[in-house]
Amino acid sequence: MGLGRFKACVLRTGGTNCDLETRIALEEVGVKAEIVHMNQVEKKSLLDYHLVVIPGGFSYGDYVRAGAVWGKRVLARLRLELERFIEEDRLLLGICNGFQVLVEAGILPGDGVSETPLVALANNSSARYECRWVWLRVENNETPFTTAMKRGEVLRIPVGHAEGRFLTSSEKALENLKKNRQVVFRYVLPSGDEANGLYPYNPNGSTYDIAGICNARRNVMGMMPHPERAFYGWQLPEWSREPPEQGDGRKVFESIINYFEKHW
Amino acid sequence: MGLSMSLERMRYLKNYFRDRPPTDVELQMIAQTWSEHCFHNVFKGDVLVDDGRLINSILKTYIMGATRELNKDWCVSVFEDNAGIIDFENGYAIAAKVETHNHPSAVEPFGGAATGVGGVIRDILGVWGEPVALTDVLCFGPLETSYEKLPPGVKHPRYIYRGVVAGIGSYGNNMGVPTVSGAIIFDEGYTGNVVVYCGCIGILPKHAYVRDTRRNDLAVLAGGRTGRDGIHGVTFASAELTEEAEELRSAVQIPNPIVEERLRRAILRIRDERLATGITDLGGGGLSCAAGEMAHRSSLGVDINLDAVPLKAPDMAPWEIWVSESQERMLLSVPEENLERVLQIFGEEDVEASVVGRFVETGRVRVFTRNRVVCNLDLNFLFTPPRVTRRARIPVLPPASVDLEEPRDLAGELLKLLSDPSIRSKEDVIRTYDHEVRGCTVVKPIHGDEAGPSDAAVIKPLKDSWMGVVISCGINPFYPDPYWMAAASIEEALRNNAAVGGRRIAILDNFVWGSPEDEDNMGRLLRAAEACYDFSRALDAPFISGKDSLYNESPLGSVRPTLLVTGVGIMPDVRNVVSPSLKEEGSPVYLIGLTRGELRGSAYLRLKRVDGGEVPKVDAKLSKSIIDTLIRAVDEKLVLSCHDLSEGGLGVAAAEMVAASKNLGIALDTRRVPSSVCRSDYLLFSESASRFLVEVDKNRWRRFEALFSGLPFSRIGEVARGLGLRVTDLNNVVHELSGVEIKKAWRGY
Repeated sequence: MGLGRFKACVLRTGGTNCDLETRIALEEVGVKAEIVHMNQVEKKSLLDYHLVVIPGGFSYGDYVRAGAVWGKRVLARLRLELERFIEEDRLLLGICNGFQVLVEAGILPGDGVSETPLVALANNSSARYECRWVWLRVENNETPFTTAMKRGEVLRIPVGHAEGRFLTSSEKALENLKKNRQVVFRYVLPSGDEANGLYPYNPNGSTYDIAGICNARRNVMGMMPHPERAFYGWQLPEWSREPPEQGDGRKVFESIINYFEKHW
Repeated sequence: MGLSMSLERMRYLKNYFRDRPPTDVELQMIAQTWSEHCFHNVFKGDVLVDDGRLINSILKTYIMGATRELNKDWCVSVFEDNAGIIDFENGYAIAAKVETHNHPSAVEPFGGAATGVGGVIRDILGVWGEPVALTDVLCFGPLETSYEKLPPGVKHPRYIYRGVVAGIGSYGNNMGVPTVSGAIIFDEGYTGNVVVYCGCIGILPKHAYVRDTRRNDLAVLAGGRTGRDGIHGVTFASAELTEEAEELRSAVQIPNPIVEERLRRAILRIRDERLATGITDLGGGGLSCAAGEMAHRSSLGVDINLDAVPLKAPDMAPWEIWVSESQERMLLSVPEENLERVLQIFGEEDVEASVVGRFVETGRVRVFTRNRVVCNLDLNFLFTPPRVTRRARIPVLPPASVDLEEPRDLAGELLKLLSDPSIRSKEDVIRTYDHEVRGCTVVKPIHGDEAGPSDAAVIKPLKDSWMGVVISCGINPFYPDPYWMAAASIEEALRNNAAVGGRRIAILDNFVWGSPEDEDNMGRLLRAAEACYDFSRALDAPFISGKDSLYNESPLGSVRPTLLVTGVGIMPDVRNVVSPSLKEEGSPVYLIGLTRGELRGSAYLRLKRVDGGEVPKVDAKLSKSIIDTLIRAVDEKLVLSCHDLSEGGLGVAAAEMVAASKNLGIALDTRRVPSSVCRSDYLLFSESASRFLVEVDKNRWRRFEALFSGLPFSRIGEVARGLGLRVTDLNNVVHELSGVEIKKAWRGY
């Protein structure tokens, strides 16, 4: 696995604040990662990268809906390039604010860009910011982001957001997500059983306990929890004597490199 | 004009300006620079004590005096710049600063607290540090205070509490700096005067600490625009909070964390490319103080053109522009040849930046607008205000005996203490602060899945080093003797730090006091400062930075005199940190330290509404031996879990360890507590200093006992499964609480 064979672009703009740790996670698994400001992105071509990550933060202050402003800017500046990027089966990952951006841009859950929102990430039902470690169950391990996981496996990863309540525009939209197996992660109880909306296991009141989804093509994923904050064992909330070597979030990044090695 | 200057100083100025009248810009600048907030006249002035002593500067004699005598080679820059700087690892240094933002938070809680966070982050940027962690300690009036009790001008504690907590969370979360440590205290002594301490820890490569402004360097102002918000913030900070304070709402700045987030990015890039020769933040006094200080510390002068300052409102008067404290602004000195690149970086980060002046060799500050000079002052004059002399009356704490019947239901008393607003878990607040962003937080402010307590936070700021920064605090405002109150606060900061494994601890002092014009207030301040000197030296912990906020007065009287001590230690390998959750069934549990009948001001006696007895005193020699030995035990991996004893004493500490644990509890016997006290409730709730509760590896307890030989310690119990807390009292009566009961009382669920 040669460092530099695969290239990732970690996008940022004013208010992005998880770009450094996201880059570190990518580099640790052997991806060459570059942080690119939105103001510089037009000088680059997204097609030079195998992976684009939109990391967490409060882009433009999230003074409108979280991710709304950046979502529109991504469309305005990068729409054509992104459509081609997705068609070429390159990978696009949105974490927390990045997930909100992908939803606001209409890139998720659709294929290409949908004009009317099918899903939304609304204010948490607790009506406040929630920083806590949750239990996530892997619902679909056949995406490029989850190949290093087992289906039904329970991961420990923290969330930190005020607007993460996943909503669908209709029952049908939810049924479609399920039918297409676009639900990638769900919040569950520590036992792995369904949370059924139970707070704080489902920390935000998401419909169907949804924590992360992908597009039908499987190469765009958005998730509210932060895998880059659960990368090393010492980041875990509790360990006795010695921390484990690795955190569960690492598996997201390892899946990506597995996918690259197979397909590129 | 709102100068808030004494008559004596006005006369001094009248005399100084014999030859020409001063301009409004000059008078405003002098008022800001000489304000208590900016110049610390009381700490730097003389104190005439009623016992005949004349103290030449509390700051120099006591706080800086201790640091000077300790003379640690790991102190890189102390009491010099916006923040204290100490050595870290791999060529990096840690910068630390704690501020107060009490007055703004009393008038406009959200904005006041948020800009407190913003300000202290800029203090770290102002020494070229990258902010990596935030702390906040808050003191409010009781939330259930009845409205009838509140005089006009005093806002309800619940309103203030909500706004302050939301403001702190908003700024830290938006900036992406984790809020990792803090405390919240509720007491009537804060109903009229809320106390908001905001701290920030940063990291910087030592070589990047550049402070070398030169002649002809350009003054570059970057960040938010200058507006009418935050005018007279510093003079407002020394005014009594009365009904009229509402009219001073404009003295509170408006927070915009995203502007500061961009500013941070740009400044760190400029730092890494070494493009600037100096930097300072715009805080109290705004551009006037920043430009003046920057020129003065490099023995230069400065010419500023106000027409070049980007404004929020076009019709601002020159003096308003000069003293506005609008947020998110920094001033840099930039050599002309680097200007283009500096402006390019600011542009790329969407930060507005303009050249507003030039550093010159005049030794004067000159301000221009529309080709007129509106200020022309000698910097040496400006920075040597007339010395202030305050009078101090040394307080005498009248002895009082305790008249309290020993309760039979010790478990019930413990539950009451656990649910006391100042003691119980602050989880509902902590979860609204992002403490995980940056992915560096090793020990979080709430511990583990059971959301137990943490003695100190640990962050691992460097990717390629296991070394951690350990952040703790000590605050004991309820001990009525100011000397021992300060001693206990210092020791608590060190104890909390050591409980997770922190060592080589630097400390920061933040005094919040009532008016220094009151001799009793000054006497208490002096006693507290004396303790700072005595215990900083004796406990081998230098002060590296500090701040005092005096004049915390409201219609309800002075604030409860409060000293916050923040501890910043290191942990050579974060994988060896110790947490308070119980680890293994059958492990022996040791109580380290002496338990004395020291309950005056304790949580237990306050619960009983009784004042009397002895305040907890610190035996510095014993404390140092205990802490040093504990660290050895941690390094030898003998310690499985540890918790320090503070508010609520042994009972609360043991219960908190149970609250942090899954299915494990403690059975302990008070008859084994090293003590001469003969009442079970006193043994359980005494707040004697220098004590730890430690779970020790059951296979290696002999080594542990050997390490502590010669020091007071005792094996008082053991870890048991399926148990909460079982206490055998002096009369052999067993008191028991289940884990569920303890968690319900302490966490609320």
